[in-house]
Amino acid sequence: MTTDTSKSTAKSTKNLLSAKEVTRRGFVKGAAVTAGVAIGSGAITGFPTIWAQNIKNVTLRQFGTGVSNINAVADKVKEDLGFTLQMTALDSDAVAQRAVTQPKSFDIADIEYWICKKVFPAGTMQPMDTTKLKNYDAISKLFITGKLTPDSEIAQGTAPHTVGFVESADSVDFASAPTQWMTLIPTIYNADTLGIRPDLINRPIDSWSELLNPEFKGKASILNIPSIGIMDAAMVCEASGLVTYGDKGNMTKDEIDKTIAVMIEAKNAGQFRAFWKSFDESVNLMASGEVVIQSMWSPAVAAVRSKGIACKYQPLKEGYRAWGGGIGLAKHLSGLELEAAYEYIDWYLSGWVGAYLNRQGYYSAAPATAQKFMSEDEWGFWMEGKAAAGDILSPDGKVMEKAGAVRDGGSYEERMGSVACWNSVMDENKHMIRKWNEFIAA
Amino acid sequence: MAFDMSKRSSYFLISPMALIFAIFLVVPLLTIVIVSFWDYDEYRILPDFIFENYSYLLGSSVTWKIYLNTFKYAALTWGFTLLIGFTVAYFLAFHVRSLTWQIVLFMVCTIPFWTSNIIRMISWIPFLGRNGLLNSALMGLGIVDQPLEFLLFSDFAVVLADVHLYTLFMVVPIFNSMMRIDRSLIEAARDAGASGFETLRQVIVPLSKPGIAIGSIFVITVVMGDFITVRLMSGGQSASVGLQISNEIGVLQYPAAAASAVVLLITVLLIVTALLRMVDIRKEL
Repeated sequence: MTTDTSKSTAKSTKNLLSAKEVTRRGFVKGAAVTAGVAIGSGAITGFPTIWAQNIKNVTLRQFGTGVSNINAVADKVKEDLGFTLQMTALDSDAVAQRAVTQPKSFDIADIEYWICKKVFPAGTMQPMDTTKLKNYDAISKLFITGKLTPDSEIAQGTAPHTVGFVESADSVDFASAPTQWMTLIPTIYNADTLGIRPDLINRPIDSWSELLNPEFKGKASILNIPSIGIMDAAMVCEASGLVTYGDKGNMTKDEIDKTIAVMIEAKNAGQFRAFWKSFDESVNLMASGEVVIQSMWSPAVAAVRSKGIACKYQPLKEGYRAWGGGIGLAKHLSGLELEAAYEYIDWYLSGWVGAYLNRQGYYSAAPATAQKFMSEDEWGFWMEGKAAAGDILSPDGKVMEKAGAVRDGGSYEERMGSVACWNSVMDENKHMIRKWNEFIAA
Repeated sequence: MAFDMSKRSSYFLISPMALIFAIFLVVPLLTIVIVSFWDYDEYRILPDFIFENYSYLLGSSVTWKIYLNTFKYAALTWGFTLLIGFTVAYFLAFHVRSLTWQIVLFMVCTIPFWTSNIIRMISWIPFLGRNGLLNSALMGLGIVDQPLEFLLFSDFAVVLADVHLYTLFMVVPIFNSMMRIDRSLIEAARDAGASGFETLRQVIVPLSKPGIAIGSIFVITVVMGDFITVRLMSGGQSASVGLQISNEIGVLQYPAAAASAVVLLITVLLIVTALLRMVDIRKEL
């Protein structure tokens, strides 16, 4: 429930601020006009001074899922860039809703790529000109070509590079190859797998199929966010050999029906203890011992472990289900605010945030710049799969792993290199959601 | 002339209320009805006039299952809250003699309402869990040797939480009805030779009917529309109509959610109408 409360506080703070914001924004626009006049009158040399002063008055409103809406980032933006970043954290459904239905309520959208596939065509966002980004070349090739290394295979699902570019500045059609116009600048991503309680299972787990193993009857859980849950379900069905898929990220009606049939059968046999929807629920289910094997997110595993309870983010032979998010610009941004947004996005890729995210167990989209902000030991543990030489601390200074620990799943290349499928939106989305509801109601 | 004036002034006096109703009830409801005929895709709602939302909704076996499940929760919750609510109200109205104590005990009943609904619900989770207080106690006492799994994330848990949350809605109107019963009627019943049970059945229950009806309307409408209790207490494993609507809104299927809402509204209105047919609650007002 903590998310709910923080959400409502975030909202009420926002309401309080919005009144102020109107005048502030009016001022910013006026300032931008002044700047324009200054250029027009030939006083080009004066421009940077005016700009540098005015940017302090800019407030950018960013909203997104909790994972990357971190107050520390807003503080650092104020320190490094001088302007104010307001953050609002929502769940993924609410993020998609807000991006489409309240386009004026945000300046920067922090959304996942599968949400981008749904949201960008609605025309409430504008693509970014990559030539304005100094750190564009530092972005991992995973987001540009879809291949981590030149010889890696492109995973199924909504791989970020497939919705990462549009044809032109005012297009909403995704481009099939990289262009100058990027929909989202990637910020954060990870490879997800099953979390287990090794102390209660007592044997090695190496396949997604174990989720439906009758041995764990009444002690398994799966997440109830249809677009992600269906993917976990597909990984399970494929691993058990019950269903074969052409593309798990874009299933046919028949494949969806078969997958849901398997899940309904398991549900009716009492396989699942509960379904979870929020991060906290997954932590509580695992920490309380209600569930011993379930879909899980990396920081949730860390949260269980920080309570002194054994929990493992188990790598599986079929590979990971990956997800990624990025930040994009609202359509209405222009002038000074747009400049500030570009400034912010470039800064995001410049390494400080990347290091922060890496230390939380996520991955930075520009690993090379993040490395500069991490100690050798930290880089070795999080990115290279090496045993930690000293204690590994979280960004806020808590001990996350003791010296000698090795990251579950190993190095960056091992984990991101064995992605089987990306979170996605399917062509048969409507049908999938109806079937998923059948599963929940069964 | 004078008649006209008073008519006009009464129209004037009711106009603020009428306006509020129009803006905050009629307009939103009409919007929902209109949107329920629209089309949608992954990220947009498309103005249209189609019956697909309704035909899918009414033709799907899932809907029927969900309604059946919701009716089950509503019926069970109604039964238990009525039984408990009636007993509590009866005790307060007829066994507690002094008005001061009646007020004090009535206030005691409302104490749980000083905290949020959700907190009261959540507090059941650590209590009922597999390693929760109740299971630990039962196992510690040697009553069971395996933890009782049905206690949490089950229909049992949902109904338990509902009953806990909504019994007071039953107590208040029934207590109110009972306090209006003329005590001499009960004396008369006793004088006429009725036993305690007969008095209850033939005097008190019929005279408490308006209170029972009002309480029932509260409880049934709340449970029919509930989604958070069902989601949390069933561990997301059961569905209710409210939860279905909330899920549809979550995945941006506003027209489908609107259609579900319209059907639910009609269903609840039918139930309320039926209740009002059986009991004349105007007596109470």
